[in-house]
Amino acid sequence: MSQTHDPESLLTGTHTEATIDTAIADVVLDSSRHKPVKPIRIAGREINIPAPPGLNSPLYLMIGFGFLFTNLMLVAITTLIFTGIGIWGNNQPTGWGFDIVNFVWWIGIGHAGTLISAILLLLRQKWRNSINRFAEAMTIFAVMCAGLYPLLHTGRPWVAYWLFPYPNTLGMWPNFRSPLVWDVFAVSTYMTVSILFWFVGLIPDFATLRDRAKLRATQMVFGVLSMGWKGSAKDWVRYEHASLILAGISTPLVLSVHTIVSFDFAMGIVPGWNVTIFPPYFVAGAVFAGFAMVITLAIPLRKWYGLEDFITMKHFDWMAKIMLATGLIVLYGYVCEVFYAWYSGTPWEVGLLWNRWEIDKAPYSWAFWMLILTNGVIPQLMWFPKLRRNLPVLLAVSTSVSIGMWFERYVIIPIGLTRDYLPSSYGYYTPTFWDFAMFFGTIGFFLFLIGMFIRFLPSINMFEMKELLHQLKHGNGHVHTTHEPVTTAETEAAPNA
Amino acid sequence: MSHGRDTSPKPYGTVACFATPEELIEATQAARNAGYKEMDAYTPVPVHGLTDVMGFKDNRLHYGALAGGTAGFAVGVILECFTSGVFTGTLQPWAYAHNVGGKPLLSWPMFIPVTFECIILLTAFSVVGGLFALSGMPKPHHPVFNAEQFFRASQDRYLLCIEAKDPRYAKDQVQRLMEEYGAESVEHGMTSEGY
Repeated sequence: MSQTHDPESLLTGTHTEATIDTAIADVVLDSSRHKPVKPIRIAGREINIPAPPGLNSPLYLMIGFGFLFTNLMLVAITTLIFTGIGIWGNNQPTGWGFDIVNFVWWIGIGHAGTLISAILLLLRQKWRNSINRFAEAMTIFAVMCAGLYPLLHTGRPWVAYWLFPYPNTLGMWPNFRSPLVWDVFAVSTYMTVSILFWFVGLIPDFATLRDRAKLRATQMVFGVLSMGWKGSAKDWVRYEHASLILAGISTPLVLSVHTIVSFDFAMGIVPGWNVTIFPPYFVAGAVFAGFAMVITLAIPLRKWYGLEDFITMKHFDWMAKIMLATGLIVLYGYVCEVFYAWYSGTPWEVGLLWNRWEIDKAPYSWAFWMLILTNGVIPQLMWFPKLRRNLPVLLAVSTSVSIGMWFERYVIIPIGLTRDYLPSSYGYYTPTFWDFAMFFGTIGFFLFLIGMFIRFLPSINMFEMKELLHQLKHGNGHVHTTHEPVTTAETEAAPNA
Repeated sequence: MSHGRDTSPKPYGTVACFATPEELIEATQAARNAGYKEMDAYTPVPVHGLTDVMGFKDNRLHYGALAGGTAGFAVGVILECFTSGVFTGTLQPWAYAHNVGGKPLLSWPMFIPVTFECIILLTAFSVVGGLFALSGMPKPHHPVFNAEQFFRASQDRYLLCIEAKDPRYAKDQVQRLMEEYGAESVEHGMTSEGY
């Protein structure tokens, strides 16, 4: 139907509804889509990847790699539970170390998924259709990784239910004046609503998979998951209402979650934390990190499965622009922090700045200048349209942003804590092997879940792509908006499969 | 199941298959003009304006969301006030009133975030629960699944079903009407459900 060859389009190539289904659903249903990796050529010799045939596609290698590190994470968690959080580098004065840094990092990454699925839906941005599904999956998996850290940081995860208000014989309840309790409510609500939104979005696609599956078992699995979806016109009306309301409530939700995460710091009195810029600056940073991760995941996904028609250069261009814009807000936040320290006139706040800046004297200046380089300087490459459309450059910049956002949390959390108001308790934070094991373990767990998701669930929203196909055909916002019969000429003009 | 009931299959309706949403809307309009009221369409994408043609309207989900949000607000406020000892000595004579950092028992600005999250959570549950309840999900089987072309309604075809419960239903007339409006195929579905 859409006969566009314009590389600037949201959907390139010649597509019909059937070809969209084939391109996306067959990643799940047809195992021949998982092509083996090419042998690596080193010094004229071909070296084959040591993986069993059938399991040597790039996706399976990613799953296997992720699985290895998932096991490292499990070992780290088991050791932690048996020994206690003394195996981490957290110690006075640094009560919050890698655990909280990684918690904030992961939860920030998750935010782009909700932004794409909810805010861009409300703003009627059609380009979100091809990236929202795996961005939402990314949200859920990132929040899962994030949730592990505070859970284990409590030291006794088996009594984590103490965080929730439940009636008990002591008559003790959570202190609702504490931002940490808000965090429990915000993150658990965010997780629940994200899963609901994701699942509701998947239902029509589950029905498509059910109807396309050849194997009885596959039909049964997707039949159950589709909840008996018929695609009835009456159901679609309610479905669209539900999507819009969920988008409407997810929008303030996603803003509230990172605002509350920033309150964990901003409501404290530690130098460098007690800043009113924190909520907007954290939310922008979350979107910045999240879009970087979406780009990092989208580039290999579209290459491995030939999805270039659906995730086009225009998508990358716009994602890079959002990354640049939110990156500038974050940079503004850094400037504000400096201004705040100077304007406050507090020796502790000014001292914190010097403690970040002075290359020869400050113990953490390496982290601060890494942050400025990876988060402030390198993303400025995105001003150039040519570089926004150069995938290797884009991949490098988005990886740099992911690293930079990690350094941002590192600079905020341990540096403030190691130099607060009591010079006698100044210290230095040194992460241990188990801190790194947990961190790389969750990265592996994330990659493992993303890989399994691409293998078993449709990673691009099929029905929304078909909707986009009709919208591009008619050049308006709806599949059909008038009640008058369409002229035969127009109906015939649409070549159909 | 029970004695003396006729469980033999009854006609469910006539299912016509169209290639494009435009043809489907045209045919739906024609069916409405011909006086049929009991009908539904099965499409791979939401077709805007189709339910207007069918004369179907359902805004109950909006009220469900409002009810869920209001309930969430109430849950948040009540939970926080009661657990913080705001009503100690009055509504809750038994409760402890803990003094935390010298802050007032009713620290209402500090109660906003959790109340807000409760509103969002209950709204989300009421919307998704409402969607499932109103659309009859989960329901693993439906008579329209018996239609041979049904498997394409989630892929690339647009189905219109004129249901047999419509008082004006006559399968030959429906078939002629659908064919006149360009149906690729027309079939008459049977069901033993609901009898």
